[in-house]
Amino acid sequence: MEIKYYIGLALALFCIGIVGVLTRRNAIIIFMCVELMLNAVNLLLVAFSKMHAATPMGKAFPAMVSDAQIFVFFIMVVAAAEVSVGLAIIVMMYRNTHSTDVNFLNRLKN
Amino acid sequence: MSTTEILFWFLSALALGSAIMLITARSPVHSVLALIVTFFAISGHYILLNAQFLAIVNIIVYAGAIMVLFLFVVMLMNLNASAEPKKHRTLQLAGFISGGCLFLVLVAALRNADAVNKTTELVTGQSGLIGNLGRELFKTYVIPFELSSVLFLSAMIGAVVISKKEK
Repeated sequence: MEIKYYIGLALALFCIGIVGVLTRRNAIIIFMCVELMLNAVNLLLVAFSKMHAATPMGKAFPAMVSDAQIFVFFIMVVAAAEVSVGLAIIVMMYRNTHSTDVNFLNRLKN
Repeated sequence: MSTTEILFWFLSALALGSAIMLITARSPVHSVLALIVTFFAISGHYILLNAQFLAIVNIIVYAGAIMVLFLFVVMLMNLNASAEPKKHRTLQLAGFISGGCLFLVLVAALRNADAVNKTTELVTGQSGLIGNLGRELFKTYVIPFELSSVLFLSAMIGAVVISKKEK
Protein backbone atom coordinates (compact mmCIF):
# COMPACT_ATOMS: atom_id res chain seq x y z
CA MET A 1 0.00 0.00 0.00
CA GLU A 2 1.42 3.37 -0.93
CA ILE A 3 2.07 5.84 1.85
CA LYS A 4 -0.11 8.47 0.20
CA TYR A 5 -3.29 6.67 1.20
CA TYR A 6 -2.16 6.61 4.81
CA ILE A 7 -1.27 10.31 4.63
CA GLY A 8 -4.72 11.05 3.21
CA LEU A 9 -6.50 8.99 5.86
CA ALA A 10 -4.53 10.54 8.72
CA LEU A 11 -5.09 14.05 7.37
CA ALA A 12 -8.82 13.43 6.99
CA LEU A 13 -9.09 12.12 10.57
CA PHE A 14 -7.05 15.05 11.87
CA CYS A 15 -9.21 17.60 10.04
CA ILE A 16 -12.42 15.93 11.24
CA GLY A 17 -11.02 16.36 14.75
CA ILE A 18 -10.33 20.03 14.08
CA VAL A 19 -13.82 20.59 12.68
CA GLY A 20 -15.22 18.92 15.80
CA VAL A 21 -13.21 21.18 18.10
CA LEU A 22 -14.38 24.25 16.19
CA THR A 23 -18.06 23.38 15.83
CA ARG A 24 -19.03 21.72 19.12
CA ARG A 25 -19.53 23.45 22.45
CA ASN A 26 -19.64 20.47 24.78
CA ALA A 27 -16.28 20.23 26.58
CA ILE A 28 -16.32 16.41 26.60
CA ILE A 29 -16.81 16.19 22.84
CA ILE A 30 -14.05 18.77 22.25
CA PHE A 31 -11.81 16.59 24.40
CA MET A 32 -12.73 13.48 22.40
CA CYS A 33 -11.88 15.31 19.18
CA VAL A 34 -8.43 16.06 20.60
CA GLU A 35 -8.02 12.31 21.23
CA LEU A 36 -9.03 11.65 17.62
CA MET A 37 -6.33 14.04 16.39
CA LEU A 38 -3.72 12.30 18.56
CA ASN A 39 -4.75 8.97 17.07
CA ALA A 40 -4.48 10.29 13.52
CA VAL A 41 -0.90 11.35 14.23
CA ASN A 42 -0.13 7.96 15.78
CA LEU A 43 -1.43 6.18 12.69
CA LEU A 44 0.75 8.33 10.44
CA LEU A 45 3.85 7.66 12.57
CA VAL A 46 3.31 3.90 12.39
CA ALA A 47 2.71 4.05 8.63
CA PHE A 48 5.92 6.04 8.12
CA SER A 49 7.88 3.61 10.29
CA LYS A 50 6.67 0.73 8.13
CA MET A 51 7.52 2.71 5.01
CA HIS A 52 11.01 3.12 6.40
CA ALA A 53 11.23 -0.60 7.12
CA ALA A 54 10.85 -1.34 3.41
CA THR A 55 13.89 0.76 2.42
CA PRO A 56 17.47 -0.66 2.39
CA MET A 57 18.38 1.72 5.21
CA GLY A 58 15.59 0.37 7.34
CA LYS A 59 16.54 -3.22 6.57
CA ALA A 60 20.13 -2.55 7.67
CA PHE A 61 19.14 -0.91 10.96
CA PRO A 62 15.93 -2.52 12.27
CA ALA A 63 16.26 -0.65 15.60
CA MET A 64 15.70 2.61 13.74
CA VAL A 65 12.33 1.37 12.50
CA SER A 66 11.01 0.49 15.94
CA ASP A 67 11.90 3.98 17.22
CA ALA A 68 8.74 5.44 15.69
CA GLN A 69 6.60 2.78 17.33
CA ILE A 70 8.23 3.44 20.72
CA PHE A 71 7.40 7.09 20.09
CA VAL A 72 3.75 6.18 19.49
CA PHE A 73 3.79 4.17 22.70
CA PHE A 74 4.96 7.23 24.65
CA ILE A 75 2.31 9.39 22.97
CA MET A 76 -0.30 6.93 24.23
CA VAL A 77 1.22 7.09 27.72
CA VAL A 78 1.06 10.88 27.80
CA ALA A 79 -2.47 10.86 26.34
CA ALA A 80 -3.68 8.54 29.08
CA ALA A 81 -2.25 10.83 31.77
CA GLU A 82 -3.72 13.87 30.02
CA VAL A 83 -7.19 12.33 29.84
CA SER A 84 -7.29 11.57 33.56
CA VAL A 85 -6.38 15.14 34.50
CA GLY A 86 -8.58 16.70 31.80
CA LEU A 87 -11.66 14.73 32.81
CA ALA A 88 -11.08 15.72 36.43
CA ILE A 89 -11.05 19.35 35.32
CA ILE A 90 -14.29 18.84 33.34
CA VAL A 91 -15.95 17.20 36.37
CA MET A 92 -14.90 20.15 38.53
CA MET A 93 -16.22 22.57 35.93
CA TYR A 94 -19.55 20.72 35.84
CA ARG A 95 -19.75 20.90 39.61
CA ASN A 96 -19.33 24.68 39.54
CA THR A 97 -21.47 25.61 36.52
CA HIS A 98 -23.80 22.57 36.18
CA SER A 99 -23.01 22.45 32.47
CA THR A 100 -20.21 21.30 30.19
CA ASP A 101 -20.74 24.20 27.81
CA VAL A 102 -17.39 25.86 27.15
CA ASN A 103 -19.13 29.22 26.64
CA PHE A 104 -19.72 29.41 30.39
CA LEU A 105 -15.96 29.58 30.85
CA ASN A 106 -15.58 33.18 29.70
CA ARG A 107 -15.28 34.61 33.21
CA LEU A 108 -11.61 35.42 32.70
CA LYS A 109 -12.72 37.95 30.08
CA ASN A 110 -13.79 40.53 32.65
CA MET B 1 -7.73 -6.08 -5.55
CA SER B 2 -6.05 -8.19 -2.90
CA THR B 3 -7.46 -9.00 0.52
CA THR B 4 -5.21 -6.51 2.32
CA GLU B 5 -6.35 -3.71 0.04
CA ILE B 6 -10.00 -4.53 0.61
CA LEU B 7 -9.32 -4.59 4.35
CA PHE B 8 -7.50 -1.25 4.12
CA TRP B 9 -10.38 0.48 2.36
CA PHE B 10 -12.95 -1.08 4.64
CA LEU B 11 -11.09 0.02 7.79
CA SER B 12 -10.51 3.50 6.35
CA ALA B 13 -14.20 3.92 5.53
CA LEU B 14 -15.13 2.66 9.01
CA ALA B 15 -12.70 5.07 10.70
CA LEU B 16 -13.82 8.09 8.68
CA GLY B 17 -17.52 7.27 8.97
CA SER B 18 -17.43 6.85 12.72
CA ALA B 19 -15.23 9.96 13.09
CA ILE B 20 -17.92 11.94 11.27
CA MET B 21 -20.52 10.31 13.52
CA LEU B 22 -18.47 11.52 16.50
CA ILE B 23 -18.76 15.17 15.55
CA THR B 24 -22.36 15.05 14.27
CA ALA B 25 -24.09 12.91 16.91
CA ARG B 26 -26.48 14.87 19.13
CA SER B 27 -26.12 12.73 22.23
CA PRO B 28 -22.66 12.54 23.90
CA VAL B 29 -23.07 8.80 24.55
CA HIS B 30 -23.38 8.19 20.81
CA SER B 31 -20.24 10.26 20.27
CA VAL B 32 -18.34 8.12 22.77
CA LEU B 33 -19.50 4.92 21.06
CA ALA B 34 -18.53 6.30 17.62
CA LEU B 35 -15.06 7.16 18.94
CA ILE B 36 -14.67 3.58 20.25
CA VAL B 37 -15.46 2.27 16.74
CA THR B 38 -12.84 4.68 15.31
CA PHE B 39 -10.24 3.38 17.75
CA PHE B 40 -11.02 -0.21 16.80
CA ALA B 41 -10.65 0.68 13.11
CA ILE B 42 -7.28 2.33 13.81
CA SER B 43 -6.22 -0.79 15.73
CA GLY B 44 -7.18 -2.80 12.67
CA HIS B 45 -4.89 -0.58 10.64
CA TYR B 46 -2.06 -1.29 13.09
CA ILE B 47 -2.63 -5.04 12.72
CA LEU B 48 -2.62 -4.61 8.93
CA LEU B 49 0.75 -2.84 9.26
CA ASN B 50 1.96 -5.69 11.51
CA ALA B 51 2.43 -3.36 14.47
CA GLN B 52 0.86 -5.94 16.78
CA PHE B 53 2.04 -4.47 20.06
CA LEU B 54 0.59 -1.05 19.29
CA ALA B 55 -2.68 -2.60 18.10
CA ILE B 56 -3.17 -4.35 21.42
CA VAL B 57 -2.03 -1.33 23.45
CA ASN B 58 -4.41 0.87 21.44
CA ILE B 59 -7.35 -1.40 22.23
CA ILE B 60 -6.46 -1.78 25.91
CA VAL B 61 -5.51 1.82 26.66
CA TYR B 62 -7.79 3.80 24.33
CA ALA B 63 -10.86 1.67 23.66
CA GLY B 64 -10.61 0.11 27.11
CA ALA B 65 -9.39 2.54 29.72
CA ILE B 66 -9.84 6.01 28.27
CA MET B 67 -13.23 5.50 26.67
CA VAL B 68 -14.60 3.85 29.82
CA LEU B 69 -13.45 6.96 31.69
CA PHE B 70 -15.27 9.15 29.16
CA LEU B 71 -18.42 7.02 29.40
CA PHE B 72 -18.35 7.22 33.18
CA VAL B 73 -18.06 10.99 33.11
CA VAL B 74 -20.91 11.29 30.56
CA MET B 75 -23.07 9.01 32.72
CA LEU B 76 -22.12 10.85 35.91
CA MET B 77 -23.22 14.16 34.46
CA ASN B 78 -26.37 12.63 32.97
CA LEU B 79 -25.81 14.40 29.65
CA ASN B 80 -28.29 13.79 26.86
CA ALA B 81 -29.26 15.22 23.53
CA SER B 82 -31.72 17.77 24.94
CA ALA B 83 -29.12 19.31 27.29
CA GLU B 84 -26.67 19.59 24.43
CA PRO B 85 -25.52 23.20 23.85
CA LYS B 86 -25.78 24.37 20.25
CA LYS B 87 -23.54 26.73 18.37
CA HIS B 88 -24.78 29.32 15.91
CA ARG B 89 -25.21 28.09 12.36
CA THR B 90 -22.72 30.66 11.08
CA LEU B 91 -20.07 29.61 13.60
CA GLN B 92 -20.59 25.95 12.69
CA LEU B 93 -20.26 26.78 9.02
CA ALA B 94 -17.09 28.81 9.70
CA GLY B 95 -15.57 25.91 11.66
CA PHE B 96 -16.42 23.46 8.91
CA ILE B 97 -14.96 25.71 6.20
CA SER B 98 -11.74 26.38 8.11
CA GLY B 99 -11.24 22.67 8.82
CA GLY B 100 -11.87 21.86 5.17
CA CYS B 101 -9.43 24.56 4.09
CA LEU B 102 -6.73 23.11 6.34
CA PHE B 103 -7.34 19.68 4.79
CA LEU B 104 -7.09 21.08 1.26
CA VAL B 105 -3.91 23.03 2.05
CA LEU B 106 -2.22 20.01 3.62
CA VAL B 107 -3.20 17.72 0.74
CA ALA B 108 -2.00 20.26 -1.81
CA ALA B 109 1.29 20.72 0.03
CA LEU B 110 2.00 17.00 0.34
CA ARG B 111 0.72 15.94 -3.09
CA ASN B 112 4.03 16.46 -4.86
CA ALA B 113 6.36 15.31 -2.08
CA ASP B 114 9.03 12.77 -3.02
CA ALA B 115 8.00 10.06 -0.62
CA VAL B 116 4.30 9.77 -1.44
CA ASN B 117 4.74 6.89 -3.85
CA LYS B 118 6.89 4.75 -1.57
CA THR B 119 5.14 1.64 -0.36
CA THR B 120 4.70 0.52 3.21
CA GLU B 121 5.27 -3.00 4.43
CA LEU B 122 1.90 -4.63 4.98
CA VAL B 123 1.43 -7.84 6.97
CA THR B 124 5.18 -8.60 6.90
CA GLY B 125 8.02 -7.12 8.92
CA GLN B 126 9.43 -7.82 12.37
CA SER B 127 9.77 -4.31 13.76
CA GLY B 128 6.36 -4.07 15.39
CA LEU B 129 6.46 -7.35 17.31
CA ILE B 130 6.44 -7.30 21.09
CA GLY B 131 9.89 -8.92 21.40
CA ASN B 132 11.69 -6.29 19.34
CA LEU B 133 9.83 -3.34 20.81
CA GLY B 134 10.31 -4.59 24.36
CA ARG B 135 14.03 -5.04 23.86
CA GLU B 136 14.28 -1.53 22.43
CA LEU B 137 12.11 -0.10 25.22
CA PHE B 138 14.18 -1.58 28.02
CA LYS B 139 17.57 -0.98 26.42
CA THR B 140 17.56 2.42 24.73
CA TYR B 141 14.45 4.01 26.20
CA VAL B 142 14.56 2.74 29.77
CA ILE B 143 14.89 6.23 31.31
CA PRO B 144 11.85 7.73 29.50
CA PHE B 145 9.97 4.56 30.38
CA GLU B 146 10.69 5.03 34.07
CA LEU B 147 9.95 8.75 33.84
CA SER B 148 6.53 7.97 32.40
CA SER B 149 5.69 6.13 35.61
CA VAL B 150 6.43 9.35 37.52
CA LEU B 151 4.18 11.17 35.03
CA PHE B 152 1.38 8.69 35.74
CA LEU B 153 1.80 9.14 39.48
CA SER B 154 1.59 12.91 39.16
CA ALA B 155 -1.45 12.62 36.85
CA MET B 156 -3.15 10.33 39.36
CA ILE B 157 -2.48 12.66 42.28
CA GLY B 158 -3.49 15.64 40.16
CA ALA B 159 -6.80 14.04 39.17
CA VAL B 160 -7.62 13.22 42.79
CA VAL B 161 -6.67 16.70 44.03
CA ILE B 162 -8.61 18.51 41.29
CA SER B 163 -11.82 16.49 41.59
CA LYS B 164 -11.85 16.52 45.40
CA LYS B 165 -14.75 18.46 46.91
CA GLU B 166 -13.71 21.77 48.38
CA LYS B 167 -14.54 22.32 52.01
